[in-house]
Amino acid sequence: MSTMPSSGPSSGPSAMKISNEIAIELIGVNKWYGDFHVLRDVNLTVHRGERIVICGPSGSGKSTMIRSINRLEEHQKGKIIVDGIELTNDLKKIEEVRREVGMVFQHFNLFPHLTILENCTLAPIWVRKMPKKQAEEIAMKFLERVRIPEQANKYPGQLSGGQQQRVAIARSLCMNPKIMLFDEPTSALDPEMVKEVLDTMISLAEEGMTMLCVTHEMGFARQVANRVIFMDRGQIVEQNEPEAFFSNPQHERTKLFLSQILH
Amino acid sequence: MTTQSISYVSTAEIPSSPPPGNAKGFPAWARQNLFATPLNSLTTILIGLFLAWALPPILNFLIFDAVWFGDSREACIVEGAGACWAFVNAKFGQFIYGRYPLDERWRVDLVFILFVIGLVPIAIPKVPYKGWNALYLLLVFPILAFILLCGGFFGLEAVETSLWGGLLVTLVVAVTGIAASLPLGVLLALGRQSKMPVIKMASVIFIEFWRGVPLITVLFMSSVMLPLFLPPGTNFDKLLRALVGVALFSSAYMAEVIRGGLQAIPKGQYEGAAAMGLGYWPSMYLIILPQALKIVIPGIVNSFIALFKDTSLVLIIGIFDLLGIVQLNFTDPNWASPVTPATGYIFTAAVFWVFCFGMSRYSLFVERRLDTGHKR
Repeated sequence: MSTMPSSGPSSGPSAMKISNEIAIELIGVNKWYGDFHVLRDVNLTVHRGERIVICGPSGSGKSTMIRSINRLEEHQKGKIIVDGIELTNDLKKIEEVRREVGMVFQHFNLFPHLTILENCTLAPIWVRKMPKKQAEEIAMKFLERVRIPEQANKYPGQLSGGQQQRVAIARSLCMNPKIMLFDEPTSALDPEMVKEVLDTMISLAEEGMTMLCVTHEMGFARQVANRVIFMDRGQIVEQNEPEAFFSNPQHERTKLFLSQILH
Repeated sequence: MTTQSISYVSTAEIPSSPPPGNAKGFPAWARQNLFATPLNSLTTILIGLFLAWALPPILNFLIFDAVWFGDSREACIVEGAGACWAFVNAKFGQFIYGRYPLDERWRVDLVFILFVIGLVPIAIPKVPYKGWNALYLLLVFPILAFILLCGGFFGLEAVETSLWGGLLVTLVVAVTGIAASLPLGVLLALGRQSKMPVIKMASVIFIEFWRGVPLITVLFMSSVMLPLFLPPGTNFDKLLRALVGVALFSSAYMAEVIRGGLQAIPKGQYEGAAAMGLGYWPSMYLIILPQALKIVIPGIVNSFIALFKDTSLVLIIGIFDLLGIVQLNFTDPNWASPVTPATGYIFTAAVFWVFCFGMSRYSLFVERRLDTGHKR
């Protein structure tokens, strides 16, 4: 794990503002794969502008939870309300939520048959019905932000993993999302490329984006998160501010997990 | 005893240099490709000997001893005569148009020209206006072709399909079958993957029914059994029934080819599309199908080629395609000679081969063009 120095109080999490407005609410969410109980009574309230890091051992349900927020996974019990819209079987509502929630995947999921620019303009053109020219301008703006405008006309396969993941972030930002979900965004990257992706995410956090991030980058958690959640066996076991979470974990399972990954 | 130091630090970057110079030109090529190993050399020599033995008689039959001109069998029954091209020459009109009335054959020519006008620009990637071009090919051209070929409108003399024949029928059946089977196949393949049980079931039953029945049976049933079920007096055109049969039959095969492509697309692509708020049809049209179809281009073209050659089976329900009409002409006493059948078959094979080889090469071109070169 990277060992980023914990930042001083001025640029720390507390410097970024969090509103009272609720962005995401999970109330008593349960989910089963067959007989296997993957999410057990998960309750979570995320305010606008919050940056939450979710960690936990593999199979703890952290990915399933974050994926249920944009209904890539269906929950069977409980309520999920995103941006004021409750997720049910109503496809219209689901698509409405997905338009406002960007997602970045572990394996990028860029479309290999389209250029970088086309990857970024596809959803604005087809979902937001934006004119092509305007969509391209916006896409170039975000590609510049993630510092790869010169790759716009290449295909995803010609880029390095880190570059692809930055494109994936830019692609999500082109939809002007209110919330960003990151599902282990750096786990499939070569070690040399982790930092460039984390830097992009940090700058996004500094702009006040509401972010939920499944990651084991504890340096990132210390630097930008205002809350760290630890999950195990489908349950939220512990959550706290990063400083307290890392320096003074309460639950035995959390202590064990942290001792395993922070060596 | 001193231990050797394992520490090493490179002091300079090694510049890249050109490869050794003895790897160029024909001798190098021949050495690498024809005489690389003893077995390789032996194979080269054996194949060379075989060609030297087989090629001269083939060329003699096809070209040097062939009879190019003549008005009847007299020209072709001479001793040692090769292929009787005079026969093909004399019957060429029939081979192409069947018994289509002589004075109306310009209509067939015009349809062919209209088809080429639509097909060539759509096949060349650089030509613009692909949307209009596709609209012409899929909507305007079929209507024009129908009016021109069948007649009965705008003062055009009606021509019964029983008079159609030769390459005309072959192309009508093949082009209709290809044009109908691809979209139908896509829909069936998507239907088979559907989460809705009714649609899935219907697709599976359709596909398995048509795949389980031989094409000959389909054609027989369409011409012999179908009239039994229809009220007396109703008369479906025989060619139309064959067209529908061939189209449905090949769409079932196409569906399975395309399903193979759909299965090769990783789940992440579906999720990537869904996460951006794309609905089912847009994500299929924009993300999944372009990738799935690209993967199965070889399979699709394979089906097209098989379909093109299967058109010959319409012979058994009394429709004379190219092969049928050529065979029919063997019985013409005016041209009966020992070499007439061989010549006819060689001609037919050559025509089929040109079309199928063309499709094959074009598909390779498309594959290379669509290859973005890198794995996802």
